[in-house]
Amino acid sequence: MGYPHQPHLKETVVLSQYFGDAEARTYDGWVKRGGYQALEKALAMEPAQVIEIVKQSGLRGRGGAGFPAGVKWSFMPKEKKKPHYLCCNADESEPGTFKDREIMRWTPHGLIEGCAIAQYAIQAEVTYIYVRGEFTEPLRIMEGALAEAYRHGVLGPNAMGTGKRLDMYLHRGAGAYICGEETALMSSIEGRRGNPRIRPPFPAAYGVFGMPTTINNVETLASVPHIINRGGAWYKSLSLSHPKSTGTKLFSVCGNVKRPGNYEVTMGFPLGELIDELCGGVPDGRTLKACIPGGSSVPILNREESESCKLDYEGCVEQGTMLGSGGLIVFDDSADMVYQIMRLARFYAHESCAQCTQCREGTAWTVRILQRILAGQGEAKDLDLLLDLSEQMTGKTICVLSDSCAAPVVSGIKKFRGEFEAYINGTRRPRPVLVHA
Amino acid sequence: MADQPLVRLTIEGVPVSVPQGTLVIEAAKQAGVMIPHYCYHSGLPVAGVCRMCLVEIETTPKLQIACATQAAEGMVVNVLSAQAREARQGVLEFLLINHPLDCPICDQAGECELQDYVFQEGRSRTRYTPTYAKRFNPVEDFGGDVLYVPNRCILCTRCVRFMEHVAEEPILNVSERGDRAYIGIHPDRHLDHPWAGNVVDLCPVGSLLSKDFLHKARAWELDKTPGVCTGCSQGCNVNLDTRTDVVVRVRPRANLDVNQYFMCDHGRMQYRWMNRGDRIEAPLVAHGHELAAVSWDHAFARAAEIVRGTAGRAAVLASPRASTEALFLAKRVLGRFDLTAAFRVQRVSEEAPLIGVPNLALRSERAPNVTGATLLGYTEQFEVAVKALSGSAVVLVLDDPLEGVSADLLRAAGQVIYLGTVLPDAARAAHVVLPIANVAEEDGTFVNRDQRVQRYFQAKVGPGMARPAWWVLGELLAELKLGGPFGSAAEAFAWMAAEEPRFGGLSYQLLGTRGMVLPAGRPAGVGA
Repeated sequence: MGYPHQPHLKETVVLSQYFGDAEARTYDGWVKRGGYQALEKALAMEPAQVIEIVKQSGLRGRGGAGFPAGVKWSFMPKEKKKPHYLCCNADESEPGTFKDREIMRWTPHGLIEGCAIAQYAIQAEVTYIYVRGEFTEPLRIMEGALAEAYRHGVLGPNAMGTGKRLDMYLHRGAGAYICGEETALMSSIEGRRGNPRIRPPFPAAYGVFGMPTTINNVETLASVPHIINRGGAWYKSLSLSHPKSTGTKLFSVCGNVKRPGNYEVTMGFPLGELIDELCGGVPDGRTLKACIPGGSSVPILNREESESCKLDYEGCVEQGTMLGSGGLIVFDDSADMVYQIMRLARFYAHESCAQCTQCREGTAWTVRILQRILAGQGEAKDLDLLLDLSEQMTGKTICVLSDSCAAPVVSGIKKFRGEFEAYINGTRRPRPVLVHA
Repeated sequence: MADQPLVRLTIEGVPVSVPQGTLVIEAAKQAGVMIPHYCYHSGLPVAGVCRMCLVEIETTPKLQIACATQAAEGMVVNVLSAQAREARQGVLEFLLINHPLDCPICDQAGECELQDYVFQEGRSRTRYTPTYAKRFNPVEDFGGDVLYVPNRCILCTRCVRFMEHVAEEPILNVSERGDRAYIGIHPDRHLDHPWAGNVVDLCPVGSLLSKDFLHKARAWELDKTPGVCTGCSQGCNVNLDTRTDVVVRVRPRANLDVNQYFMCDHGRMQYRWMNRGDRIEAPLVAHGHELAAVSWDHAFARAAEIVRGTAGRAAVLASPRASTEALFLAKRVLGRFDLTAAFRVQRVSEEAPLIGVPNLALRSERAPNVTGATLLGYTEQFEVAVKALSGSAVVLVLDDPLEGVSADLLRAAGQVIYLGTVLPDAARAAHVVLPIANVAEEDGTFVNRDQRVQRYFQAKVGPGMARPAWWVLGELLAELKLGGPFGSAAEAFAWMAAEEPRFGGLSYQLLGTRGMVLPAGRPAGVGA
């Protein structure tokens, strides 16, 4: 992991190699570490060749959906009739996820390089890096790095001396979770309310300002220079299980573990090993109760599932959850799952953009029912009601925010029903929560 | 879209063919299926936010919203399947949890889409615990004629989209997030755009209300009659809502060729005078210096006597608010005279366009039938005609309010026949006064500025013995053995169509409720 701890021997350090290395933040330091060679190499290729290498590497979107990055790039119109845009999604707001923050804090030039390569590959002249509003430090560092990159001619009208135009702008969000959703992010860049849009049309056809747009996560883009430098085959070989999940993945581990932080492991790494060995396990005297592997939006895993889960896209689906953004939230046996789930639902109720009925009303209603259960006023039928509401909130809205609220609720009730029932039948002391979303 | 290739699909078992690019929700209308919806409106850009129009499309795993899905060849759409109904029931339940359910005191009750769809397919009982607080925000005066009751709002955003994309004055938005959201207005602005009143009609629930109509009537007490707005020469199609012979509200009636779904606020306010109490209720005939009420027969006999007993020059002073039929017949009555036919119309300097709809504006000519009058040979030389009154043997006034025309001026003419709804002072100089119905009390037609002939229908009964002008003039013509009488406005129109080449081939039946452009007239309208 690098910072603040030394990397564990079982980590495969690619993205996080220079975490904690302050010199790597500067242009000179970055070049000294082999930076911007990949960009130079890429600019000497045809855009289609770059896309081909990324396709070959098997790199998949690290923001949560896991869509193959090269394939996404190839959706952009081959013949450029309108300006193309690249958006870098640095609005990392998923509860439990803090990997993009570290990438931006320690290797800003790595991200800029990745953006520049992707931008070239999709024939875009402009990249917008949409940084989460609360990320003041990463923003400051990115601003500095961007200015440096311009100063050294990496970006600008004559990028790397090739005569190609590569411009990059930082856009600071205003603190809305929903702006991390790709279409909402584009609305926000356009200066409008950050509301998700209906798809189709997809961003590759009608994106930011109505122009063909590709949008990628920070971690995805930061991986690109490594792929260009070391080849698609090398990246593809980084896989411990399923051939469709390749490369390394940063996991942000938080919750009840001895050493929380970012850990970079090869795809397919066992979840149990990550918690027990890399993170030092749950605090002494405690046992693992549950974990959420992919940021708060994915279904919760119980202990057995956690221990047998392989950390890659397919392995998580096998266990009924998703790899998501790699925000791993660990709960030990002291955790009150009802409270934790309420706390998550409250987040979604607060962040719902208010467009779709199911999400606007459903998330808030879910919170009220959970708070009532916590207050000891729940009824047996409330659990079925919660499940029914969650069903209504799944797969019926423009974006997946309401699905994300439903996922922990449904999996929580399924796996920890006893805890809910204990509140309902009075065997557990009520825990009134008076604060509403 | 007429030249688009057709696609065939099946909606609720009914096969339909629609042009490519048609939305499923529109295609369903062709199949006779009304898919419940809130945010969708044919006159607004698609938002897809209410999620009410979820339908099942075979071969697609998830339910789709019919308002944002284009019809495709071979598509099979199930609107009433258990899955789709359940989803819509879910939406209705969610919409109701923060809804105050104050239908008994809500103006929208009876014409509320939330009420309708909940009755149609909602749950009979709530699962929302009654002790939970509902969202509360105070009622806000948006300015203009619009009141916002946020508690009833379902955030369909029709009003926001109307102001942004149709009026192109984006002063409304969705403020706040989640279930705290409400419709916000620019802090320094009022909803005083000349077309802003449309947001009240667009609102599917009782959240945006007309201050003018507030608590005036319940929806189910109202009779709706198709009409044509009298506010200007645009000729927006409207419905006159009446309760016990009182017009209480005017709302737009959809006509894609004229006003789409909209009308301006000026037009909306053109109804109070229809309920005036100071009407002429009986025919009057001059006896010395007094006007005396007489029977229709007596009045017609006296008027015919005047027309028959004189010769030379004559004048018709008509109002461009009179029906085309009346304008035509009035000239016929004085057909054998050397006739001056004139009208006057209020003109204001500026039009007030609705930017998002081509060729739709509150026009500067503030009368509905200027084109009709002009086509029938009336000129806008009112002042000239008034000056020439002294040389006229007969003057026939057709509902001109006679403002600025003194009784003395009228007396300078030989004989005066006055047809009107009310009796201005100058009209007391008339020899015969014939009471006529106003626009809400008769059938008739107007010709709008694009030469579109449009029918309006009788919405209420006239006072006393007042009768439609076409009937009055028809009887007078019959008395003079010049034509008529007419049993209906349709008959009067048919006679005009036979006599006036420009109206040739038209009939009430052909005009229907949407009207037709005059055969030789230039084509115009929203679609053009």
